[in-house]
Amino acid sequence: MGVDRREFLKIAGMAALFGLGGKAAIDIFAPAELEASMEGVPLTKGKRWAMVIDIRNCLAQQAKNKDGCKACIMACHQAHNVPDWGDPKIAIKWIWQESFEHSFPDQHNPFIEENLRHKPVILLCNHCFNPPCVRVCPTQATFKREEDGIVCMDMHRCIGCRFCMAACPYGSRSFNFGNPRKAPKELNPNYPTNRNYPERSKGVVEKCDFCVELIAKGELPACVQACDKIKAHALTFGDLADPESNVRKLLRERYTIRRKAELGTEPNLFYIV
Amino acid sequence: MYDGGKIIVGLIIGLGLFLSPFFYNAGKAAKAPDPELTPKAKEAKACVAPLKYMQESHFTLLDEWRQTVVRDGERYFKASDGKRYYKSLQTTCLDCHSNYSKFCLQCHDYVDVNPYCWDCHILPEEKK
Repeated sequence: MGVDRREFLKIAGMAALFGLGGKAAIDIFAPAELEASMEGVPLTKGKRWAMVIDIRNCLAQQAKNKDGCKACIMACHQAHNVPDWGDPKIAIKWIWQESFEHSFPDQHNPFIEENLRHKPVILLCNHCFNPPCVRVCPTQATFKREEDGIVCMDMHRCIGCRFCMAACPYGSRSFNFGNPRKAPKELNPNYPTNRNYPERSKGVVEKCDFCVELIAKGELPACVQACDKIKAHALTFGDLADPESNVRKLLRERYTIRRKAELGTEPNLFYIV
Repeated sequence: MYDGGKIIVGLIIGLGLFLSPFFYNAGKAAKAPDPELTPKAKEAKACVAPLKYMQESHFTLLDEWRQTVVRDGERYFKASDGKRYYKSLQTTCLDCHSNYSKFCLQCHDYVDVNPYCWDCHILPEEKK
């Protein structure tokens, strides 16, 4: 008996799968390779900068003044020429405040203690150990530095596609909808506030970079310096890879939480509640 | 050919108009601008690299600086005479060469290049 039509199609199909499309077929049937690609981002070699934010110290400082305290935000935005657009929809955020409930949606608790209810929490880029923004960037404009784990932006490369903004679960990235030089003058009387630091152009995404330019000089980030200057000591900056560092000591002694830790991004910002 | 004379005259006039800028500017080439040094730059005598290299390839150097600073975190440049410089267009280059219009702009205009450095990097205020 010869080969019937049905048999022929079967043989031809299998031959095509393992013959011409052999490599592709193996890729399809080998999910292990796909899983391996999920690791993606290079691991931190050497230091791992991290920050511990003491919400209690911060709130104590906020309570001292009728208008709260914005020392760290002012210092950061002045140092980096971050303009105030006066519109939250297009606001540029490097460091900002949000209510406790919005900052930690996974800590939902309708009967939370009064000291934390609707209280402002300081937020900035988490400098994730496994940053999703870096994985999605098509030009590698945002990248994780191997030597210290800081998630940086290369503004020269950014094409403004905003994939990173969609990928970041923390809203730490802002898009320049306008040229910062055209920000309203009455809100930014002394702009640019720091003539030793560049501005950004329209159409790029920006975010906190842990003040890489200050760290290179051996100084603390601008926000930490500002907080220490008013003796609030709510922000502690240090090396997570060193077991004897200031941040590791704090983490050993105090109970801390991280934002959306269940997503597996491994944020490097820790909050003492 | 109908109206041959008119067509040929028209063609000659058209060609003449097309070429008129060449005739108009013939023999008077624009003078290459001479970058002006500020007193501070004159006093320093040496730039980060030899003059000829800076004239011909300053953009290569700047590109290398931007790559190594932003991506590799190497912030200092060792010049051939052993002097160390902080690699920064805005705070090192423009510190000496604070006369943008006379030092950068007139040459860039002459060769018709439009680098986008100044979209973000802030220029020093010039005395008019």
